[in-house]
Amino acid sequence: MDFLYILATAIETAIGPIAAVYALAAIGLNLHFGYTGLLNFGQVGFMLVGGYGVAVSVSTFGLPLWAGVLASIGCAVLLALLLGIPTLRLRADYLSICTIAVAEVARLVYRAEFARDVTGGVYGLQGFASAFYDANPFPRGDYGIGDISFSARDLWMMIAAWGLVLVASVVMWLLIHSPWGRVIKGIREDEEAVRSLGKNVFAYKMQSLVLGGVFGALAGALIAVNQQTITPDQFMPQVTFYLWAMLLLGGAGRTLGPVLGAVVMWFLLTVFDETLRSLAATGVLPFLQGSDVGALRHAMVGLALLLLIVFRPQGIIGNRKEMLVNVK
Amino acid sequence: MRRRLVTVLLAVIAAILAVPAMAVADDQSGENLNGQIRIPETVEGIDITVFQGDEEIGAVTTGSDGSWEVELPGPGDYRVVLDQESVPDEFVVDESPGAEIEVSVRPGQQRTVIFRLAPPGQEEAEASPSESADSGGGADAEADGGGEEGVTTAPGVSAGTPFGTKVVQLAVAGLIFGLIIAISAIGLSLIFGTTKMINFAHGDLVTFGAVMAMLFSTGAGGFGNSLLVLLVAGLLAAGAGSLLSGRAPRPVPAVVAAVIALVGVAASTVVGIQGEALDWEVPLAGAALVAVLMGAAFGAGLERYVWRPLRNRNVALIQMFIVSIGISLMLRHILLVAFGGTRQRYDEFQLQEMWRLGPIAITPRDLSIVGLSVLVLVLVACMLQFTRIGKAMRAVADNRDLAESSGIDVNRVTLYVWSLGGGLSALGGVFYGLNQTVYWQMGFHLLLLMFAAVTLGGLGTAYGAMVGGLVIGLVAQLSTLWFPSQLMNAWALAIMIVVLLVRPQGILGRRERVG
Amino acid sequence: MSSDATEVTAGGPAPVDRMAGVAATPGVAKPDPILKAHGVRRSFGGLTAVDVEHLEVQRGTITALIGPNGAGKSTLFNLLTGFDRVDAGEWSFEGRRLNGLGGHRVARSGMVRTFQLTKALTRLTVLDNMLLAAQGQLGERVWGAFLRSGWRGQERANIERAEQLLERFKLLDKRHEMAGNLSGGQRKLLEMARSLMVDPSMVMLDEPMAGVNPALVQSLLGHITALRDDGMTVLFVEHDMDVIMGISDWIVVLAQGQVIAEGRPEDIRADQRVVDAYLGAQHGEPADAEEGR
Ligand SMILES: Nc1ncnc2c1ncn2[C@@H]1O[C@H](COP(=O)(O)OP(=O)(O)O)[C@@H](O)[C@H]1O
Ligand SMILES: [Mg+2]
Repeated sequence: MDFLYILATAIETAIGPIAAVYALAAIGLNLHFGYTGLLNFGQVGFMLVGGYGVAVSVSTFGLPLWAGVLASIGCAVLLALLLGIPTLRLRADYLSICTIAVAEVARLVYRAEFARDVTGGVYGLQGFASAFYDANPFPRGDYGIGDISFSARDLWMMIAAWGLVLVASVVMWLLIHSPWGRVIKGIREDEEAVRSLGKNVFAYKMQSLVLGGVFGALAGALIAVNQQTITPDQFMPQVTFYLWAMLLLGGAGRTLGPVLGAVVMWFLLTVFDETLRSLAATGVLPFLQGSDVGALRHAMVGLALLLLIVFRPQGIIGNRKEMLVNVK
Repeated sequence: MRRRLVTVLLAVIAAILAVPAMAVADDQSGENLNGQIRIPETVEGIDITVFQGDEEIGAVTTGSDGSWEVELPGPGDYRVVLDQESVPDEFVVDESPGAEIEVSVRPGQQRTVIFRLAPPGQEEAEASPSESADSGGGADAEADGGGEEGVTTAPGVSAGTPFGTKVVQLAVAGLIFGLIIAISAIGLSLIFGTTKMINFAHGDLVTFGAVMAMLFSTGAGGFGNSLLVLLVAGLLAAGAGSLLSGRAPRPVPAVVAAVIALVGVAASTVVGIQGEALDWEVPLAGAALVAVLMGAAFGAGLERYVWRPLRNRNVALIQMFIVSIGISLMLRHILLVAFGGTRQRYDEFQLQEMWRLGPIAITPRDLSIVGLSVLVLVLVACMLQFTRIGKAMRAVADNRDLAESSGIDVNRVTLYVWSLGGGLSALGGVFYGLNQTVYWQMGFHLLLLMFAAVTLGGLGTAYGAMVGGLVIGLVAQLSTLWFPSQLMNAWALAIMIVVLLVRPQGILGRRERVG
Repeated sequence: MSSDATEVTAGGPAPVDRMAGVAATPGVAKPDPILKAHGVRRSFGGLTAVDVEHLEVQRGTITALIGPNGAGKSTLFNLLTGFDRVDAGEWSFEGRRLNGLGGHRVARSGMVRTFQLTKALTRLTVLDNMLLAAQGQLGERVWGAFLRSGWRGQERANIERAEQLLERFKLLDKRHEMAGNLSGGQRKLLEMARSLMVDPSMVMLDEPMAGVNPALVQSLLGHITALRDDGMTVLFVEHDMDVIMGISDWIVVLAQGQVIAEGRPEDIRADQRVVDAYLGAQHGEPADAEEGR
């Protein structure tokens, strides 16, 4: 087993574009759950409409890529309104069921036969982000240190993705450390109390849902651009659960929690994957097939969620004291 | 002593797990691209070439079943080209997705690439494809079987059926589906009522039941039988131990139990090694019974060893939801790894003649499902209504604090609720698998519909779940009268959202007081 | 029991006793009502929790709302402040109809309530709890939040006012503490201080003294009287008869959802029906029957 190789691969994944995408979506989820207390189990729905916003605009309607990104944001706002108007008045438990349901309905609609002319149905859409790669300022070749290396394409993608993560984090920091953030956190604690102080709780929750949803949509757009292909079945509910695991791992209610969570999580997942794979390749685990590794990885995420809640509910950088204050 | 015994048992189980799996193990682990040309039918002899950039990575020709596979040097972006020249004259390549597909492959991914053929002039034919593209390290590839994801088929319905017949047949299918949802969802609702927790792992309890019944009824290469022997031995050992304890001198019960367990382990190993050679399988009814018992035990185990400790630690509800999601992910994917990603059917009760009852055509199998489901629902209702424990369950679900202060042992009731829920959802799984197919995501797909059912009925009431289940089942099936069947679940979920719009507390739910 | 039974003496209310000459009959009209409710009804299933034919609250007075547990006092608060929906009836505050207005709009119009089961925002500091209550903050708009220079001045002024209030309620040295770490009594105080931070013209306090230590109760009573003397209207629910008789200008008695009596403390003490319905019943009933859900 080649530990250096495994380590290098894990670091590549942890700082690669996919981790950035998940970090961005988790930042949105952090606004929803970590600060506002909204139990959103349908974040993947925002990623779906975001990804398809780009893909459909460019592939189906022949618009330029920037218009596609705008369309993504528009779709996210629309979805947030559609989702929020019926559900934001509900109790937290109903809200969680509704969000997961809406995201799943969206996926079913996007993959349906009648939508095929627009969304490509189950096959999805391909090849819509050439404009992004044409603008790549890096000459062809590999960049990196030692075993860790990225192609010019990946590097360009990483800069865009981590750049967005940075912008999103700064926006979040500014918002949370403002009176607006105070109201949002108040709603997390007790929305009736906040309402009794003259704040329009529904409007604030909606703002939070929209904003976090837009972050999710941008993450979806990045996925689409990164892969140059998109299918509805990439947006299964599991993705949301991954985001939750990352958020809780990093620490909900902290600006950098979701970012750290995404990086660490991808690192650990890759180490797990690669180790298992190389063990399987050397025949130590004869009963394991290659395709099982992915499944076991999902199981690992499940285990991680469980262990986190039991042993470190505040995550890596969360504040345990805050966590323990008078649990409701 | 007990703990050591358990450890030994676990080790033996692990070893037995490894034995049959060893036989089928292969060391395929790298990235590949694969597919099967089978739309509209399997076609042999089509040339497919894979490129990376301009470099050719590999070329294959589809085999007799239309399938092909190309090993890849590593993850990256690839272009898969189907040679149009090699397509037989009676077909052309469907315009979507075309003859050239670009894919990106992640590390370790075995990615399925779908090409479709069509008769000339019908490139956009309305055939619905069945594979879902891979979405997570190969785990979600839904290979054989050919059922559209999450779609429940109704027998005797096709494009040409007259509308009236269609309504009747779909209503029957909806009834069956609804009964299955209802049976599975009762536990979900009661669990919510007694602990205020939404059990996101409930769907996987359904899968667990269906898979267990499959395991025992088909023998699974000797594994089922061997596990069964092990279970029986464990039960016997525990029974004998508790029977003897107190009546015989101290070491005797432990020794007897250990001996029985060891004999059981030996027997189960023998049975396991015999494998298929031992031509005996549990009949499905028996297997279902075992599955239900295991489901009940599993539910009770979760409550006893996960949820009760968490409650005692004052873990917040929201955190509990997340734990249940974790358990669901684990359970589902362990089932996937252990039993594979293919759709399977039970051996028995397949290929039955339709019976005609007036305007209704139904197989004896489905009729028995309806009969048994109704019977079970009535029994559960009677239990809730007339027995002590049933009344206690309803009392706790109604108001936990009040029930506790009036002297009900709330923890014990919760334990019973969990085993009832686990057993019923396992039964629901067997019925669902019998009516459709058994596969690793069946319960997860059912979960959202169960949510819809209990939300419709109002979280926390058993009767609400029954009514809600029927409504959801009927809505899902009848929606296909006018809308594509791919959207049947979407309609069921939409109904739930609309109801919540009108009544945020559910149909039977109550508003909570403020301040 | 006509609701129009007005017997206001000519010449209007005296400067000190604003309630002078108002008859002690249920539903009586007041000379200068700030809050008027008419025909307000709410039932839960078969139980009619509130059925108030007519009720007015005089501006600038301390009015106590009393009644046995389950009489519907909290429910009436919820209805009047937009936290629950009435089945029937209408009510107005400062001449403005409030029907159908959400809780936040009622609060903004100047009528702020506290809750019987305290709702401290546990994972916010005491100071943040207070600042949250300030009205008209530019930084609370989503775009305004980015313009730090726009709201910094406002924030400083709010902090100053919040600290004054906290000082008054003996919470100043706790200002950087999480609200969840306060004791039950301190949370009651915080909630009251927070409601004043909204700068209301009327406060509705649901059992503000419950769980506050007796020494502090005296100073709290002092604050409440001071509020009245500053021109604020106070409506409060309380069970302690000494407290009620000590500071109230007017007392309204609720039983089974209905106003069965109202009047000055001495009127109420003498009212046989009140003694039957409430004072008598109160001693037979466990005081904490409705604590905790
Ligand atoms: N949301 C609710 N659902 C059902 N019953 C309620 C609700 N809120 C209050 N009640 C009932 O209404 C009655 C009045 O309650 P409440 O206003 O809290 O009384 P109190 O005068 O002690 O504050 C009680 O019998 C209570 O049980
Ligand atoms: Mg009350």
